[in-house]
Amino acid sequence: MDKKNTKKPSFLFIGRSDEPILSKKNRKLLTDPLDDNNPITVQVLGICSALAITVQLKPAVVMTMSVIFVMACSNVIISVLRNLIPNRIRIIVFLVVISSLVALVDQFLKAYAYDVSKELSIFIGLIVTNCIVMGRLEAFALGNGVWKSFLDGIGNAIGYGIILIIVAFFRELFGAGTLWGIQVIPDFIYEEYGYVNNGFMLLSPMALITVGLIIWIQRSRNRTLIEEN
Amino acid sequence: MDKNSNIYTFLFVGVMVIGIASILAFTSQTLKPMQKENVKNEKMQNILSTIGINVSREEAEGLYSKYIKEELALKIDGSVNESLNPFSEINLAKELKKDYKNQHFPLYVAEVESEKYYIIELRGVGLWDAIWGYISLKSDFNTINGVSFDHKGETAGLGAEITKDWFKESFVDEKVFNENGELVGITVLKGNNDPKNQDKNDHEVDAISGSTITGDGVTNMIKERLNNYLPYLEKLNIAQL
Repeated sequence: MDKKNTKKPSFLFIGRSDEPILSKKNRKLLTDPLDDNNPITVQVLGICSALAITVQLKPAVVMTMSVIFVMACSNVIISVLRNLIPNRIRIIVFLVVISSLVALVDQFLKAYAYDVSKELSIFIGLIVTNCIVMGRLEAFALGNGVWKSFLDGIGNAIGYGIILIIVAFFRELFGAGTLWGIQVIPDFIYEEYGYVNNGFMLLSPMALITVGLIIWIQRSRNRTLIEEN
Repeated sequence: MDKNSNIYTFLFVGVMVIGIASILAFTSQTLKPMQKENVKNEKMQNILSTIGINVSREEAEGLYSKYIKEELALKIDGSVNESLNPFSEINLAKELKKDYKNQHFPLYVAEVESEKYYIIELRGVGLWDAIWGYISLKSDFNTINGVSFDHKGETAGLGAEITKDWFKESFVDEKVFNENGELVGITVLKGNNDPKNQDKNDHEVDAISGSTITGDGVTNMIKERLNNYLPYLEKLNIAQL
């Protein structure tokens, strides 16, 4: 860290007071994970939940929202506590914070969105093991201010969620002919043209292949991602 | 204080754990009534769906009291235990773990347009975890009127398909007893001779490809649970004679 950054932090370690709330650097924290540094397609993290949750659009969207909440909160909490957490047990502290947040999300869903919580029941637990959450705490929140960590958490969660939603869109559309549970491919296409839903889209290998296709398209458009060799 | 000392570490952990435990305990206690309400309404919704009444969770309670005329808690010898509320006090998962002499089984009797239906609770094991559901039999205690299945963690798109309407509909009008009056249940079978399920007397429905073990679980669950009601049925038949 260079010298001017060691300036005394303002209230609650929110950040250096002379920096605007959405400076160029802060905006980059939010937008970088959407493309150049996407957690799924570039860092290849969180793949397991991306396979499990993307059969239909609705659970993917709910999973995205839960992850946004958990990542933003856990990043903020760890960032607030970053000068207090004993270094030797920091991973345990991360785990406790993440799993209690997940338990909270689960409790609220069970009370207010019961159907969604039923669909997500096992995947809710997957958030705890989602390497993106852990990774951002260790790599970012532990060394940065609250506001920056908040933006970083939101950015990475959205970057993760976008890919989930894109994959789920195609898997549900081609696998079941529906979107959000509503039939979108009209009956006459099935009856008159002999169109058949591709059941293979519903199995996890197709999630991997879809993610692969997204990576291919992203790399062909974004030259900065292509390695020298 | 030295942040690397053991005392600091223990203090930190202590404060953190107590703080988080109180938050979680508070939330869980506050939200529990609503969660219980959801579970209860869903159970009513599932029971009603086996007699062809599909309602939203919110409406389930009113219609449940309208259509369900009797709730019986049956002892293993077929007699009724009056002191037990079968809907709220019998948890089949716990019941099945008890010694068989102390087990109780719920039986719901519904009446729709003066037709009588017997609704039986099911519980068994699928591939990954528990599967459960309800089965409603017409007044002959033999012909299936409707079923409802649910599961904890069967594979999405494969085993989890047992909750889909097309699978549940294939049980309708199948018989659970054979011509000799023996309980045979319904076999979920792959490659049976009747894929369109037009033969309603073969005690078989077509399985879902890729979910053999979940299907076997459904087969076993239906036969084992119906078996528990045979003593009651005998008494019922004797009374009718």
